[in-house]
Amino acid sequence: MAYSEKVIDHYQNPKNVGTLDKSKANVGTGLVGAPECGDVMRLQIEVDEATGVIKDAKFKTFGCGSAIASSSLATEWLKGKSVDEAITIDNMTIVEELNLPPVKIHCSVLAEDAIKAAVNDYRKKNGLPELKFEESVIH
Amino acid sequence: MLNFPIYLDHNATTPCDPRVVEAMIPYFTNSFGNAASRNHPFGWQAEEAVDYAREQVAKLIGADPKEIIFTSGATEGDNLGIKGVFEMYASKGNHIITCNIEHKAVLDTCKHIEKEGGEVTYLKVKDNGLVDLAELEAAIKPTTILIAIMYANNEIGTINPMKEISAIARKHGVLVFTDAVQAVGKIPVDVNKDGIDLMAFTAHKMYGPKGVGALYVRRKNPRVKVTAQIDGGGHERGMRSGTLNVPGIVGFGKACEICMNEMEEETKRVSALRDKLQNELLKVEESYLNGDKEHKLPHVTNISFKYVEGEGLMMGFNKNIAVSSGSACTSASLEPSYVLKALGLGDDLAHSSLRFGLGRFTTEEQIDYTIEQVTNTVNKLREMSPLWEMYKEGIDMNSIEWAHH
Repeated sequence: MAYSEKVIDHYQNPKNVGTLDKSKANVGTGLVGAPECGDVMRLQIEVDEATGVIKDAKFKTFGCGSAIASSSLATEWLKGKSVDEAITIDNMTIVEELNLPPVKIHCSVLAEDAIKAAVNDYRKKNGLPELKFEESVIH
Repeated sequence: MLNFPIYLDHNATTPCDPRVVEAMIPYFTNSFGNAASRNHPFGWQAEEAVDYAREQVAKLIGADPKEIIFTSGATEGDNLGIKGVFEMYASKGNHIITCNIEHKAVLDTCKHIEKEGGEVTYLKVKDNGLVDLAELEAAIKPTTILIAIMYANNEIGTINPMKEISAIARKHGVLVFTDAVQAVGKIPVDVNKDGIDLMAFTAHKMYGPKGVGALYVRRKNPRVKVTAQIDGGGHERGMRSGTLNVPGIVGFGKACEICMNEMEEETKRVSALRDKLQNELLKVEESYLNGDKEHKLPHVTNISFKYVEGEGLMMGFNKNIAVSSGSACTSASLEPSYVLKALGLGDDLAHSSLRFGLGRFTTEEQIDYTIEQVTNTVNKLREMSPLWEMYKEGIDMNSIEWAHH
């Protein structure tokens, strides 16, 4: 199976690899997937407390090229969005942007789940009720 | 000068040796006859070529030419050998013993037999990938008719103790079948010294063409018979009908002859390169060798690089280097290699494995390049891996509640 050029580009030049200080109140962390499944994604957001806008996003991913590319792309899209906007990022938009084949759709689902988990972690830290999301369909 | 891509997947298939191709060519055009045409020179020529190839194939495994049944490959050989014995010896019993890291061609054939009323015992291999002889003997029952154990494993290259296995089988009057696809042509295989009754192997894993293989069926001590699975013109002494693939068979014969003549030297050269690759890659932190270190084919190594995922790892260099991984990220099931899991590896290590299969045309320069590329990619991906970060921080990964999906 050949990868799309966008996947290869994100794999070779991943954007925003790294770690944010998870002890800070304005940093939300989402850790999803499992080593046994061959995918673990950790996505972090740092929120500007005055504006509610995500000013930084970082990821680290254990997984295939599509998983790495999905998380790299997600961090790019997160920056500059408000926390509320962030949760509207849909996995199928990632699929379309990266031209993921059907067997790789779960990578985009994982990225969407990581975003939601990071947002909820941020909300929890700041005394906001956690959002309930519908179970992602493709697992 | 390095030419890309570099092929290190010789357990999947091998290129045809140019000498093999050269031997085959006349049998596509001038000498195109049907080996079963007994009444004219075209047929005679084809028959003669097949007879000669049959001798070349038999010689490599220490068999009599009459014991060689040409097939379309090892999958057919596995089916014919196992189903053929099951049907032929139905009056003696219905129990077959195999192991859980066999190739799918054997495992799925056994599953088919279970549906047909057969009983199959799937032995668990030891952590080093080898069959436990005591367990094997304990599994034999009065109804056991066949032990089907692979000579060498395709993913980890481990070599089973065939002599000991067949000695146990003999003691209990049970036949021995072996899928020897990975072993024949790579290491000395002798059906008499090894006590093998039936053996499937194929040309394309030993520098011959695809689409041709053989099933060895013992004719003496004991005389073994199989029920044909393909009916028709009664070719191959009635055991496998179908017009013989003359050019393929000629190429197979030539490939066997070359392996026979060059095995010793080739093994020395290739195993030295394999050892270099293996030793250097095992110097990478948290890398693990899969399968027994000693009882192993000379040209294979299988290594897990913990905290990086195999497919992601391959992507770092697969434009230039062809290897394979036990990760099954591309398959719909998301299940990693059943062979590696059978060794007791956790799914995480199974997902992190690469198989390197060296071959006749592998050079030291290619190996040096591979060592460098794999090491660099592992290091790069670990910088990106949350698991590596946790490992470095001393976090117990079993204490985390993973969201299984």
